[in-house]
Formats: sequence, C-alpha cells, structure tokens
Amino acid sequence: MVFEGLADKLQQTFKKLRGRGKLSEADVNDAMREVRMALLEADVNFKVVKDFVAKVKERAVGHDVLESLTPAQQVIKIVNDELTNLMGGTQSRIAISPKPPTVVMLVGLQGAGKTTTAGKLALLLKKQNKRPLLVAADVYRPAAIKQLEVLGEKLEIPVFTLGDKEKPVVIAKKAVEHAQAYANDIVLIDTAGRLHINAELMDELKAVKQTVRPHEILLVVDAMTGQDAVTVAESFNNDLGLDGVILTKLDGDARGGAALSVKAVTGCPIKFAGMGEKLEALEPFHPDRMASRILGMGDVLSLIEKAEQAIDIDKAQALEKKLRKEEFTLDDFLDQLQQVRKLGSIDQILGMIPGMGGLTKKLQGAEFDEKQLKQVEAIIRSMTKKERRDPNIINGSRRKRIAAGSGTRVQDVNRLLKQFADARKMMKQFQQHQKSGRKGGFKLPFMR
Amino acid sequence: MGFFDRLKEGLTKTRKGFTEKIEQLVSGYATIDDEFLDDLEAVLIAADVGVKTVAALIADIKAGVKAKQINSPDDLVPFLKTRIAAILAAGEGAPRQAETGPTVIMVVGVNGVGKTTTIAKLGHYYREQGRRVLLAAGDTFRAAASEQLEIWGGRIGAEVIRHKEGSDPAAVAFDAVQAAKARNADLLIVDTAGRLHTKSNLMEELKKVHRVIARELPGAPHEVLLVLDATTGQNALSQARLFKEAVEISGLVLTKLDGTAKGGVIVAVKSELGVPVKWIGVGEKMEDLRPFVASDFASALFGDR
Repeated sequence: MVFEGLADKLQQTFKKLRGRGKLSEADVNDAMREVRMALLEADVNFKVVKDFVAKVKERAVGHDVLESLTPAQQVIKIVNDELTNLMGGTQSRIAISPKPPTVVMLVGLQGAGKTTTAGKLALLLKKQNKRPLLVAADVYRPAAIKQLEVLGEKLEIPVFTLGDKEKPVVIAKKAVEHAQAYANDIVLIDTAGRLHINAELMDELKAVKQTVRPHEILLVVDAMTGQDAVTVAESFNNDLGLDGVILTKLDGDARGGAALSVKAVTGCPIKFAGMGEKLEALEPFHPDRMASRILGMGDVLSLIEKAEQAIDIDKAQALEKKLRKEEFTLDDFLDQLQQVRKLGSIDQILGMIPGMGGLTKKLQGAEFDEKQLKQVEAIIRSMTKKERRDPNIINGSRRKRIAAGSGTRVQDVNRLLKQFADARKMMKQFQQHQKSGRKGGFKLPFMR
Repeated sequence: MGFFDRLKEGLTKTRKGFTEKIEQLVSGYATIDDEFLDDLEAVLIAADVGVKTVAALIADIKAGVKAKQINSPDDLVPFLKTRIAAILAAGEGAPRQAETGPTVIMVVGVNGVGKTTTIAKLGHYYREQGRRVLLAAGDTFRAAASEQLEIWGGRIGAEVIRHKEGSDPAAVAFDAVQAAKARNADLLIVDTAGRLHTKSNLMEELKKVHRVIARELPGAPHEVLLVLDATTGQNALSQARLFKEAVEISGLVLTKLDGTAKGGVIVAVKSELGVPVKWIGVGEKMEDLRPFVASDFASALFGDR
C-alpha cells in the first residue's frame, strides 16, 4: 500500500477544475470522498470521519478560493485547519499542584508503552528541575518492576517499589507518603496494562484513584492503534476520567489516526508524543504536524525546524558564493552531503517532505541509499586535495588508486565523477538562467 | 471446554460489535441497495479490515447479488463468512518443523505486541506435548526483558539461554542454537527485541540474527513469526511488508483478541501480502494461544448460525 499523499489525489480530482472562483458542492463532494479515504486509511475512527467530513464540507462549499491557492490546495487548507482545530492547541504540560507532590497516573492497554513512557516523562520533568519519583505499581507482568528499576537507575531517578506481592492501592498510597517524606514533588505511577473491558482490573484503578487522588490521569495510546482506539479511550475515560493522552511509537510510519479518534471521543488534550526508543524521545505534541501526518502530507514544519538546527548557516552562505563563482568542488560536495546527513537518515527526511510520502515507502529501510552515501563519502575521502579541487586531473591510474583506497570499484568512482560533472553543469545553467532572468540569489535547498 | 468454545468466548466481545451490527443491518433492510452497502462498508471498516480490502469485499457482494448468490440481506452473513474464511484459509498448513534435530522458531514484531508472552505460551503449548523446549532471550535491549523470559521459562519448564543486557542478540542466537543441538532440544524459540519496522539499523540487526541461525543450523529458522496486536490498524500492513522483506516471515501470530478489537486487518494482510495467520491468542491464560484455523475464526467471528 504505497499511499499517495492526499495532496496528490486531490490534485487529480481537481484537474478538470481550472481557474478560480467558488467551490461548488459537486467539486467538494468529489474531494470529500478522497478526504474520507485518506482519513480511514490513517485509522481515524469511521464515526469520527463521518462527522468530520460533514463539518468540512459545510465550510468548504461556497468558500472563496484564495488567490494564491488552487482549489485542491484550498480544500486541503480547510481540511488541515479543521483537523488541527479538532486536535486542540498545544497543551504539553502537566498541571503542577500548588501543594506537592503532584501525582500522575499512567494507564492504558498492555503494550502501549506505559513503563517506557513513565521513564521518559520522569526524565523530562527532571530536566525541568523537578524531583520525580517513579512508582512501580505493575504487579502482574513478570519483571515489569525490574524494568522500571533499570530505567530509574539509568536516569538516576528514584523508583519506589514494594515488590509484586502488595496491592497497587497500597503501593500507590505508600509511594505518596514516601514522596512527602523525601521531598519528591512529582509522583509518577506506572500501572499494569489492562483491557478496558476487564471490570476487576478497572476497579483496581478506580481504587487507586480514590486513594491517592491523582492530579493527572494520562492514557497512553499506541499510535498504531486502529478503529478500536475509540472504544478503549471511551472506556478509560468513563471509568476514570482522563486528563490527557500520551501518544507513543510515533517514530514509526503509522499515520496515527488514533490521535484524532481519541481526542474526538474524550476531549482530552494530547500532551506528549513518544518519538523514539531513546529516553529523551518524548516530545510535546504538535496538532498541526499531526494533521499533516494523518493526511499524508508530510511534516514540513518538523523538517524546517530540523534543518534550521542542523544546517550551518555560514557554511551554506559560503557555499552559495562558491556556486556563484562556479568554484564548486568535490570538497564542497562532500560537505553538503554531510550537512544533509545531519538531518537524519534519508528515509526520515523524505518522509517529512510533502509528496514524498509514497517515495519513502519505496525507499523503506533506505539502507541502500545510506550505503551509497557512505560510499560516496569514502570515495571522496580517498582523493588527494588536488584531485578534489580539480577532478579533471583524475585519470585512469588515479581512478584505480581511489577505488582501492575507498574499497569500491572503478565503476563506482566513474559514476560519482560523472554525477559530479552533471551537477556542476546543471548549476552552471542555473546560474546563467538566474543572471539573465529574475532577480534574487540562487538558494540552496535548506537555505532560507 | 474445547478450544473452539474458548475461541468463541474470547471472541465474544469481538463478535458483539461485529455480528450484531451486521444483523441489525440485515434486519433493517429488505433489499440490498447502495445505502445498505454503505452501512455494511462502515461495519467492516470499523473492524479494521481496511479500505482496500473492504472495497474488494463489497465488489464481491455486488457480484454475488448479480449472480443471484445473494438474494436478500439474510444471505449476506453466510456469504461473507465463506469469503473471509476463503481469504484466510488459502495456503493454510501445519507449522513447519525440522525433520531431524531442533526446530527453530524466530519471533519478531514491533514494540509492545506481546512477543515475550507469546513465546511463553508457544513454549507451553509444546511442553504440553512433551517436547523439550529451549528459549533464547534475544531481547537484549529492553530493560529486564531477559528476566521476564526467564520467569516464564521457570513457569513452563523450559531452559532459557541469556546474555547480559545490551549484548549482541546474534550472539545469543548463536549460543542458543549450539545449546539446542548439544542438549537435543526439540524446539528452540528465539525472542527478539521489539523494533519499529521503519528503523533500518534495527532491521539489519534482525537480519543478522536470522543469518546466524541459518548458518548454524541449515534449514533454520523453520518458522519466522510476526506477532501482531489485534488493536493495530492499517499499519499492520506496513509492518508485515517490511518484516517480510527483512526476514521472510512465514506467518502471523494475532494477539490480544480478548479485547474489543476485531483484528480485521489480518484479512487485509492475507489478501494483500499472502502472509497467513498461524497462531491466535484469545486470552491471558497459558492455554489461550492456539494454531489458527480460518474456518473456526470466521465462524466464531460471525457466530454460529
């Protein structure tokens, strides 16, 4: 299932529609069919989809198409805005109680990632100069307590445990007392994963809630969850009253429609998103980015942000100058390559570019391309300084030497040199085009 | 209580939602019209069957109506049951085993689907048949994963080969295969760390484990099972596709069917990728994991009528 981005599909739908004007009902109907498919493929609950599409349709019909946009873009803009609205503003904060300790309880199904998330959240709070206490209240899963203890040790955060023989209610109660005695201002209770239809275990959670009166009850939800996310969130919310949601495993390729479903059903804000296996990988949730992701439109904002962090502006400007003077050498080529690699692996980068969603799928794993990048690096590094400045001097015997030095074949060296020559030629043409035509400097990708 | 009853019991919640909705639908309509099909589509989508597969099923129904196989909404449940069973049953077969020496099963999947628990249950199943089972604690990444497997090993009476946390999982696999050969084990089940299928470095690591097993014991691993959580939505397709590319999975294990999730995505995985379901987990008890039988699943899903 190589899903084309919604943007591409809508573009197709609107192909016949030229010029501007108002969006007619028929146009919008066609578009809404695509929107509906995109949302369902992203695992948004079908009831939520139904309501959502109706709402968007109402807004879109008769809407003026903005001058700078095509009708397709206009519809996407409306859909995107509505999605972002639905998922709420950013509220990635834990409500800190004026009277410490603040008690936070993590609940969810088995395997959603509660224990790992507890560790990540504790680290995040520690960085904000809090003194969190982790509480191991999962007495059912074998070695769950040990898992939290190991995490606590790594993070240098205390873990409260009474072993797996005590009832969670007792553990929670004693943990809060412990926190008061040892001046821990935040208590994070990791509870056992459970099915929302298991009455006995849900009662246990209710009992814990009544005993320690947590300030926040957070539902941990796997981003890969399908249509059932609604049922789960609804049950937990009805039984316990949720204050927020943490979405985990968003670093995969799931489009995360569950986020929308859960928000629509519970009304609770999604506070954080788990973005990786590293313990630092818990990030504030961005509704706007999630909207683009659900629609398969890439995560442009994230890419821009990442690029801003990773790219050395000075270097980029120096490079631009070189380009203008047509002094672009293999050294610069290597440099640029490394700059790009700082952004992450190729598949990650492509995943964030609109319209590239489908391509990412094809490149999946992208180890092939990563390998090629490494190869290119090795080849360039096996050249002398002189060769890098002036590739024209690289004759047959030099090529052989470079291939041997970089562990590649002469063909690989040839290919790289050809690519480089092509790139240079292209840049030259670009330069001439720029000189003769429009004003404004030539910008490298990632330069703003 | 036979397993079929357990399956039915486990699927009770699954079946409520699903069959009841279809039955409501059937009783609410006298004829099959577009509106009826739209509603049916919604029911199937709610079961995570997936947009594409649902479209194919609906097309089948339309063809069935034309061919007079379906004459009223009442004919629909048997029709769908047969269709879904047929999709799931294609290529059904007993788990592959070694002709001589130990059979090696490698268990893979994304984080949190229940790999370690599934291994314990699989081990239990074979222990009940009087086989010598060896477990390899190949999840050297997650904190205390090895301990978790060791506890299970103790409970089911299977030895566990483990290294310390953070060591190379391929080395664990190597040792485990040697141990399985030396100790004449009938079965070696290799646990692996949960990993997202999009992380190419982790998938490389998995390939290495697979390579090492294959090198140390020709013909192994005899089964590579991808564990899939029934609550998973359409992402299961992407998981199955990429794990298949990396380690040539031979089948699926569908877990956590005792919730309200319907696990309908297995229909999509089977029809789009041809990966069959081999085991199915319908509860938390040790006995609740069993070989998957498509017709039983389809019958249990739709109730006995």
